[in-house]
Amino acid sequence: MILEFFKNTVSTVRSINQKYAQPQIKMTRMVKFSLLSLRLYLIFLVGILVYRFITMLR
Amino acid sequence: MEKEFTAQPVVDSATAPFPGVNGKSRTNQRDASMNLLSKLYYKYKKILKVIRLFLVIAGPGIIVMVADNDAGGITTYTATGAKYGFHLIWFLILLGPVAYYVQEMTVRLGAVTKRGHAEAIFHAFGSFWGWFSLLDLVLLNWLTMITEFIGMTAALGIFGVPRVATVIIASVMMGTMVIQGRYWTWEKAAMVFCVLNLIYIPAAFMIHPPVRQILQGCLIPQLPPGGFTNELFFFLMANIGTTIAPWMIFFQQSAVVDKSLQEKDITGGKVDTAIGAFFTVVVAAFCVILTGTLLPGQNIYDAASAAAKFMGISKQLGTFLAIGLFDAGFLGAICISLASSWAFGEVFGWAHSLNNKVKEAPWFYAYYFFGIFLAGTVVLIPRAPLVLITLFVQVIAVTLLPAALVFLILLLNNEETMGRYKNSLFQNIANITIVTVLIIVSSLYGISALFPNILK
Repeated sequence: MILEFFKNTVSTVRSINQKYAQPQIKMTRMVKFSLLSLRLYLIFLVGILVYRFITMLR
Repeated sequence: MEKEFTAQPVVDSATAPFPGVNGKSRTNQRDASMNLLSKLYYKYKKILKVIRLFLVIAGPGIIVMVADNDAGGITTYTATGAKYGFHLIWFLILLGPVAYYVQEMTVRLGAVTKRGHAEAIFHAFGSFWGWFSLLDLVLLNWLTMITEFIGMTAALGIFGVPRVATVIIASVMMGTMVIQGRYWTWEKAAMVFCVLNLIYIPAAFMIHPPVRQILQGCLIPQLPPGGFTNELFFFLMANIGTTIAPWMIFFQQSAVVDKSLQEKDITGGKVDTAIGAFFTVVVAAFCVILTGTLLPGQNIYDAASAAAKFMGISKQLGTFLAIGLFDAGFLGAICISLASSWAFGEVFGWAHSLNNKVKEAPWFYAYYFFGIFLAGTVVLIPRAPLVLITLFVQVIAVTLLPAALVFLILLLNNEETMGRYKNSLFQNIANITIVTVLIIVSSLYGISALFPNILK
């Protein structure tokens, strides 16, 4: 039963990924720039979190 | 010409030396007064209709804004008042329009696209950003729910109610509110709790605060004695951080969709949000007034300890503050748990309306109750790292808030979906400025939570 639940969940996630595979918003320069900035911002944050985690362990 | 001819007798009757002597002028006078009465009656009916219509539309905006003053928010305001007195009330007033401008966008987006924020992100930006937002929201909401339960248990703890009993009482109340299978019932019950959130206002009047100093704090922008320090900067950041939380964006947009608000209801939705923003600021200001009057210069680390201190001064006052804190935590919890359930329902394609019975939307309600159960249980774990969880909320919020805000602005500028409801130039200038400031401040706030010594 648990295995079936996980199988169903995986297939649902796959179908969601297929459904939303292509972004529907028009990729203008503004949109591209904003998404790139967001990616860089998140990478920066993850870097800080990892640094904090390592310094805490020390 | 004909117009002039018919208008003439009415003017004559009004200016005649002996009005009423002439039968024709008497009739005209009666006609004029009847005309005035009917016009007044028509206006009265029209205003009544507008008010009735507004009462139907009102709800999501007021609820989300009042729920913004959740347990964490009340703690921030009481700590600010105790630390800086009335010197920062003007700053809190400025935060009202900030909250309004951000939340107003969700009304337009929800009413036009008929999609919740999670679904809108998946649809517009694809599955990568969709999953990122959804999973981040779920984690953040769960952690925030724990802080709401901490607030509720601390509030009722003042009356000697055990933590287990508080968690059970709150969970049962939250379950009862949704189980009716009617959005309307849930909304009106939530509105009752919104009214209870105003309890800080009579409490403040009970202590006869110094009105002149308060008015100065409201109207004259000023820095507290000591000037701009790192600690003051931290308090300002904390107050800004409580103004907009990611769950608010997801909650209001989903609520607008669940309530089936249409494009014609956008104006009403905006008024609803503006009224909510007004009450948020009022409640925040009265919290500051309370602690600024009774606990000036003291360090307050949580609202429950402020309520306990108030108990020592006046039992009635302490009771008011404790009830207000419980209510704030409860309002926050009901909105946050629904925001997650709606988001999951939208993306997974489950039936996800409060108008559905439990049988019709089992996954939606199962997720809702699971969220409550999971958050409530953590609070009951002995020696659970509750302080660490509170810090974590600030850090995780920093990862989601910028993304949610940027997506909101990009979606509101998409002419294909928004049509004439897309952001105007003025709205873009205002919103982009607000969002930029919010992102910078919330990032600094999150970083200062990670590195507490950075501002010392």
